Amino acid sequence: MSAAPVFEARELRFAYSSAARPVLDGVELNVDAGSLYAIIGPNGSGKSTLLKLLLGALEPEGGDVRFAGRPLRGWSRRALAKQIGVVAQGEEMPFPITVRELVAMGRYPHLGVLGRPGPEDRQAIDVAMERCDVRELAMRPISTLSGGERQRALIARALAQQPGTLVLDEPTVSLDIRHEMTIFELLAELTAKDNVTVVLVTHHLNLAARYADRLLLLDRGAVAAEGAPRDVLSRETIERVYGWSVAVSSHPGPGRDAGAPQVTPLSGPDGS
Amino acid sequence: MSGRISLRLLSLAMLTAGVLLVSIAIGAAEIPLRSVLDALGGRGDDPARTIVLNLRLPRAALAVLVGGALGLAGAVFQALLRNPLAEPYVLGVSGGAAVGAVAAVVLGWHLYAPWSLPIAALAGALIAITLVLRIATRAARGFDTRVLLLAGVVIGAFFHALILLLLTFASAEAYRSAGLWMMGSLAAADWPAVLMLAAYLLPAMAILVLMARPLNLLAMGEETALYLGTNVERVKLASYLIASLLVAAGVAVSGVIGFVGLIVPHAIRLIWGSNHQLLLPASVLLGGSFMLAADTAARTVAAPAELPVGVITALVGVPLFVVLLTRRAV
Repeated sequence: MSAAPVFEARELRFAYSSAARPVLDGVELNVDAGSLYAIIGPNGSGKSTLLKLLLGALEPEGGDVRFAGRPLRGWSRRALAKQIGVVAQGEEMPFPITVRELVAMGRYPHLGVLGRPGPEDRQAIDVAMERCDVRELAMRPISTLSGGERQRALIARALAQQPGTLVLDEPTVSLDIRHEMTIFELLAELTAKDNVTVVLVTHHLNLAARYADRLLLLDRGAVAAEGAPRDVLSRETIERVYGWSVAVSSHPGPGRDAGAPQVTPLSGPDGS
Repeated sequence: MSGRISLRLLSLAMLTAGVLLVSIAIGAAEIPLRSVLDALGGRGDDPARTIVLNLRLPRAALAVLVGGALGLAGAVFQALLRNPLAEPYVLGVSGGAAVGAVAAVVLGWHLYAPWSLPIAALAGALIAITLVLRIATRAARGFDTRVLLLAGVVIGAFFHALILLLLTFASAEAYRSAGLWMMGSLAAADWPAVLMLAAYLLPAMAILVLMARPLNLLAMGEETALYLGTNVERVKLASYLIASLLVAAGVAVSGVIGFVGLIVPHAIRLIWGSNHQLLLPASVLLGGSFMLAADTAARTVAAPAELPVGVITALVGVPLFVVLLTRRAV
């Protein structure tokens, strides 16, 4: 056995109110260091809730979450923020700030409340902006950015944290194919070259199949399937979970994409 | 980057110093700037020194303190509530203070003991803060700032109804005094009051200014703040309490002076953006100099009569702000 999994969840159970049906019930997962782990599933299956539980933004009703082998509640928020960069969904800024000011916030966990930023902080900000291709936007107010630029700026802020783990909730939603591919390529590069662990929620089954090492398919708060993409994305499983007929083919390649399962929804729910 | 912040703060500090000198020079007795400088340095002739050191300087210092506290509290409440419309009085502090002050006036306490008015106002403000906090923490698990805003607004409305009720029992004289108090005035300034207020306001202001990074994150949203290492509940509670206590002390000594706490932070956001590392200290300096300029106008424009300073801050501040807003919106 190698080192402890980055994230480890056991028997997770959560409901937004005690009366309601639990959003998650009995979810387990292990995310290995340096892997790209994608969480997929229909709307309302509990994907974002699972992320929030992994990140400690919500307290589970039952079960527990460990990060790097230690229970989540044993971590201070600042210590976690040095280890985990997060790109959440629907972040809104009611006041004007520039891209550089936004990215610079990624250094706060390292600086604390009063620490003075040094050259290594400025360098981390520059490198993060470079990698996400937002250097030219540095002085632009966030409110003037397009959806793709904004998303890249938020990812740059997470990279400025220099985290060992990156967690993203639908980072490519509403992006065009070039920007979407740029972000997936960046995530792949981070896992391959920098040994960063990436956990991501996405609706993009075909990109998840090509880029992820493992998939977790959620269905109504429970794990419907977990494993390598070609094991999870079978026609039977997808049709059962999503309630729509699909054909599953194999990606023609080139390179490491070859053989990845590719899901094509058919016309009409029963494939007629 | 931090060099630019220092430069901008330095320019505002120089603005404040300039307004201070001019404010001390003008009034019923005009004092040349040179004599003002002499008096501040402990030299010069006696009458000028008395006017400068015992009359105008304490009043100017009070204006800068109260204006700075209001500007800062406005910026902090806007970040805490993530609401650009937030201002120092939005959470009911002024309503509570006004109930205390009006009660003191209507019951005639202030005629026997002048200090009973600020004490009553402070007590009212503290009651309002406690009530709003208790409602906000009971209604939601934890400390929900949306509930806090609602609680503040309804408690404020309740207190304003109480004020109207008290005023129906007031004599014409008490009615006028209460009305003037509610429009705000810095005329009561003397050194003991200024020093007491400074001893209380300056540390509180320093703490808030040092909370710039957590407030930057809080303004981005609680989830973001959490993921970037903030102890969200602690920051929310601390900033609410410290900013509210600033406002309470300011209201107690100077009455309700509107618009400073709304306009000043927004003016800075429009020109320099919303990085709280600049915004918070800049709101102190600009709030202080704006209040000082308004008070100088209040005591000189219609001399020997004195205008309520709250009227000046609105009459001058609002058009200035509208110009800034429409210019920047392009």
